[in-house]
Amino acid sequence: MQNKKHTSWLKIPAVQTLLASLLCIVAGVLIGYIALLIINPSGATEAILTVLKNFWTYSRPKTQLKYLGSTLVKTAPLLMCALSVLFAYKVGLFNIGAAGQYVAGAGASLYCALALQLPWWVCLLAAIVCGALLGAISGALKAYCNVNEVISCIMLNWISLYTVNTLLSQVKDPTSPYTLNLKRTNAAAALPSLGLEKLFNNNANVTIAIPLAILCAMAIWVLLAKTRLGYELRATGLNRHAAKYCGMRGKFNIILAMAIAGALAGAGAAMLYLTGFEEWSCTQSSVPAMGFNGIAAAFLGGLSPIGTIFASFFIQHITNGGAYVDKTMYCSQISDFISSVIIYLCGFVLFIRRFMNSRIAKANEKRAALEKGGDKQ
Amino acid sequence: MILLIQYMLIFASVLMLVALGGCFSEHSGVINIGLEGIMVFGALGGALMMKWLPVGASALAVISLSILAAVIFGMLYSLLLAVAAINFSADQTLVGTAMNLMGTALATVIVKAMNTAANPDNVSSTIQYINAKKAFLVNIGSFEFNWFMLLALILLIASYVVLNKTRFGLRLQACGEHPQAADSVGINVYKMRYAGVLISGLLGGIGGLVYITAGVSEWKFENGVAGFGFLALAVMIFGQWKPIRIALAALLFGFFRALGNVYTGFDFLQRLNLPSNVYNMLPYIFSLIVLILTSKNSRAPKAEGVPYDKGAR
Amino acid sequence: MENHGNEYAVEMLHITKRFPGIIANDDITLQLRKGEIHALLGENGAGKSTLMSVLFGLYQPEEGKIRVNGKDVVIRDPNDANALGIGMVHQHFKLVECFTVLDNIILGAETCKFGFLNKAQAREKVNALSERYGLHVDLDAKIEDITVGMQQRTEILKMLYRDNDILIFDEPTAVLTPHEIDELMQIMRNLAQEGKSILFISHKLAEIMAVADRCTVLRKGKYIGTVNTAETSMEQLSAMMVGRNVNFHVEKQPKTPGKVILKVENMTVASKLHKNNAVRNVSFDVREGEIVCIAGIDGNGQTELVYGLTGLEPLAGGKITLMGDNITHASIRKRSKDGISHIPEDRHKHGLVLDYSLEDDIVLQRYFESDFTQFGFLRRKQIRGYAEQLIEQYDIRSGQGPVTMARSMSGGNQQKAIVAREIDRDPKLLIAVQPTRGLDVGAIEYIHKKIVEQRDAGKAVLLVSLELDEVMDVSDRILVMYEGEIVGELDPKTTTVEELGLYMAGAKRQEVREGAK
Repeated sequence: MQNKKHTSWLKIPAVQTLLASLLCIVAGVLIGYIALLIINPSGATEAILTVLKNFWTYSRPKTQLKYLGSTLVKTAPLLMCALSVLFAYKVGLFNIGAAGQYVAGAGASLYCALALQLPWWVCLLAAIVCGALLGAISGALKAYCNVNEVISCIMLNWISLYTVNTLLSQVKDPTSPYTLNLKRTNAAAALPSLGLEKLFNNNANVTIAIPLAILCAMAIWVLLAKTRLGYELRATGLNRHAAKYCGMRGKFNIILAMAIAGALAGAGAAMLYLTGFEEWSCTQSSVPAMGFNGIAAAFLGGLSPIGTIFASFFIQHITNGGAYVDKTMYCSQISDFISSVIIYLCGFVLFIRRFMNSRIAKANEKRAALEKGGDKQ
Repeated sequence: MILLIQYMLIFASVLMLVALGGCFSEHSGVINIGLEGIMVFGALGGALMMKWLPVGASALAVISLSILAAVIFGMLYSLLLAVAAINFSADQTLVGTAMNLMGTALATVIVKAMNTAANPDNVSSTIQYINAKKAFLVNIGSFEFNWFMLLALILLIASYVVLNKTRFGLRLQACGEHPQAADSVGINVYKMRYAGVLISGLLGGIGGLVYITAGVSEWKFENGVAGFGFLALAVMIFGQWKPIRIALAALLFGFFRALGNVYTGFDFLQRLNLPSNVYNMLPYIFSLIVLILTSKNSRAPKAEGVPYDKGAR
Repeated sequence: MENHGNEYAVEMLHITKRFPGIIANDDITLQLRKGEIHALLGENGAGKSTLMSVLFGLYQPEEGKIRVNGKDVVIRDPNDANALGIGMVHQHFKLVECFTVLDNIILGAETCKFGFLNKAQAREKVNALSERYGLHVDLDAKIEDITVGMQQRTEILKMLYRDNDILIFDEPTAVLTPHEIDELMQIMRNLAQEGKSILFISHKLAEIMAVADRCTVLRKGKYIGTVNTAETSMEQLSAMMVGRNVNFHVEKQPKTPGKVILKVENMTVASKLHKNNAVRNVSFDVREGEIVCIAGIDGNGQTELVYGLTGLEPLAGGKITLMGDNITHASIRKRSKDGISHIPEDRHKHGLVLDYSLEDDIVLQRYFESDFTQFGFLRRKQIRGYAEQLIEQYDIRSGQGPVTMARSMSGGNQQKAIVAREIDRDPKLLIAVQPTRGLDVGAIEYIHKKIVEQRDAGKAVLLVSLELDEVMDVSDRILVMYEGEIVGELDPKTTTVEELGLYMAGAKRQEVREGAK
């Protein structure tokens, strides 16, 4: 009886996804550990623990809290990028352009804040609009010109990177490659914190961005699961022929989905750069990793908005943790490596689930056969 | 002007090699988004070989051994895609993306680890190969000929012959177009797809090596290959999955990429006074336009991206 | 046993193959004599394809053995079968569309020098074969450019090129015109005369009677018997196949059609497959209380005609009027709201979102209505209630009721769900495209009954069918399509199947004036 209950519990897709994700994490960390062992066996255990500990590296609880805050500050944009990837994926699109939309959002929000001296909510809005526009371009190219969205997104990533570099050079600190300090240049552009910073030992970078991102995740869940639009978008993603057959506007939905995805990623950038946590480097020659890590978080979260919240935190947690490894032996990119391994392994989730199901089916069959055999006797 | 042609040819060689790699993979039915990662790994293999070879090694040895290393690294790395896509029916876009991220991250980790191991203060992500690199270059007047240009030409002809004139090419393409048909006449689709992906690893690996030798300075591994793998995919689409057309497309793309390097040498371009970022963007903008114009009637292999499952008929 | 060894080309003895939940083949024996044409008859799901998969090594049987030319063999995969000289023309051709005929023939059995193709040698061999068996095909044409009949010849040449002498034809006539069917029959006779042994899988009794020497019948996974066609009748075969004397006739009261619901004038639809138009200058109308049937061989423009009517494809020319309103350029949604219901040809491609629950699929055409959506949010409770009502009313069987994934349901129940969804919308015009394709007899009868009910309720029904029985029994009026045109309008009560066949083959045509006479 208990056995039966056990297998039926394993059959729930959400449970399977969770198990598969945990498996990916364990395997990813293990592979990272092996890499560290190969590089330098003496410090590997400590290094992998450092990555996993992140802010717990600090011994004082207050400092821990402060650096938890810092991790959360960067989790918010990551979550937004992950939602962006997830949302597009539900409509059958692979939004590798979250990175570029994020860049566009960063450019728009910082330009509005530093050059135009606008208040934070206008900057945020500008980021959303620019991200959405960029997303909509990829969507429109897909819908009307049959351009593979992955390739068009990559091209747009680079185009937006160079555009934003040029644009933000106008508000560059003359002595460094970075943009001007946000809070000193235009304090009104910083996101309000509503006292949240006090929860994190006065980490001044903790703002409403964090709760806002979580709210977005919930909103996306509601949108997908409960609304007519979500019903249409999911149908389009699962079977675009059937969606067309029942009169859904396929092309419009593709563009809309990419615009929403772009808006999410753009907003994510504003949620980081409007905290003043970091400045934009106008000479950077590669697209920020945030958007790509969003892919990891989205898939690790089992493509569920709620799961993505936790997955984003985990990815950001180890990314930040990577900064603490012993630089005389290893480099911080070990975290990037682990997250990329996790993305890679997420490709196997479907197989893992199928494997679980077939095992369950086989077990059931065996039991049925046994029972049948028992009857005969 | 000669400089422009020189850069155009070398960038075109990179793009063409990688695009041909993508072409083999797609003809076998696997979309290879992970070409960037493969390039990085090929580059890593080649660079390491150049670094480790003794200073006095003959040019021929440097060339052949570093290419061999790039090929091996590229093929080994492409196995990641092959296993996931062919044996485990994984989402090919997802796996390819992971490979791109992993390529840069892992290569950086390896290079930095080696640098710090040799000298704890060295945290750079470059490999010293500048001397060995000279083996590839031959100065003809002011034109700096790179042996890779010749190699690219040879591989282009070889690709054309293999795809169109051999049993292997016929079978490979059958697997990308109609794997069930191929299977029904006794062709092992899984094997052919492995072959396709491995060849893309081979060509992509060489492409990566050419990419880093094309630069003037030593290459930072943390920068990856700046979207070249994706430009190559655009070249492939523009070339309609056919080797000769791919070569022509690569020349065109190479031209735009080269402009970014040498535009300061042209008076009229300099007088326009455009920011350098505009030239950096050119290849990407151009490829986007090309994609818009050519994607509508694309003749992609019909079964590409679809995992083949023997059971489902 | 041993002395009979050489009489048979293939013997499949007491084959049993089980799948979870069902026994697909239950102690089946099939013996194919050398040089004979042997038919394998059975309905969908009778176990024919499982048996063939066993013969080709795709499945390993739990019990029974296979003998080829008197020797026990184990067949692990299609290559083994091939090595034993067994070849098959699949129902869905296994041809690479962008390759030439010659490339397709040699694929997998290429003549090579150092890995390089030697096509000249192959061409010689193929030419000799096509000469000998009368199979003429342009070897340099691409598959995508030639007719279905030519594609089938390519498949046959593929087998002959491999020197196969046991040839299996899986439902080979489904896609052919009557003329092409005659040619195929002749080819099969030629092949048998040359000593090839042929297994002919079909459910078309007339063809079996015409060409086969013997016939083995399967029903629901069981072996029913083997008979000499010379000593049997179609009625007997039919009874063996379905287990009872099925009354194919559909009960239907005469009814006088009312006013015109759908009027189509000079409609033209472009083709996605070739440069010509798929539908050319077609005009007809459908009135309330009548079932108009579009008959024709597959691929003569029926699919595109329906796409044009429902809005899935734009028209290249012409005009569509629904109850007096011009809907030529209306959106799919508008047409659907105006009263067109559409039971699509391909239920997996268009009809269902397979990864949606049954209830979500049931509201696929109505989810936006205020009954099911309020302020942009779905009204889950109402959707559940409605789904349960339809499940009850239409007897849609599924594992977990409304929350069952559509993917996990049987084909018949999937189709029932679509029929329920489309009929329950109370349409003015019901377009049903091959609504009974791939279903068992029970489900077919059920769906025919529902369609006739709609007609009796005063709806206009446009039925597209490839099955002659369905065309003759269900419809009130028949329009025959050939190469994108309507070539004839027939009355099922006064016409014969033979005459219908002549129209379908393009051998006969009449000028059809605009429907209303």
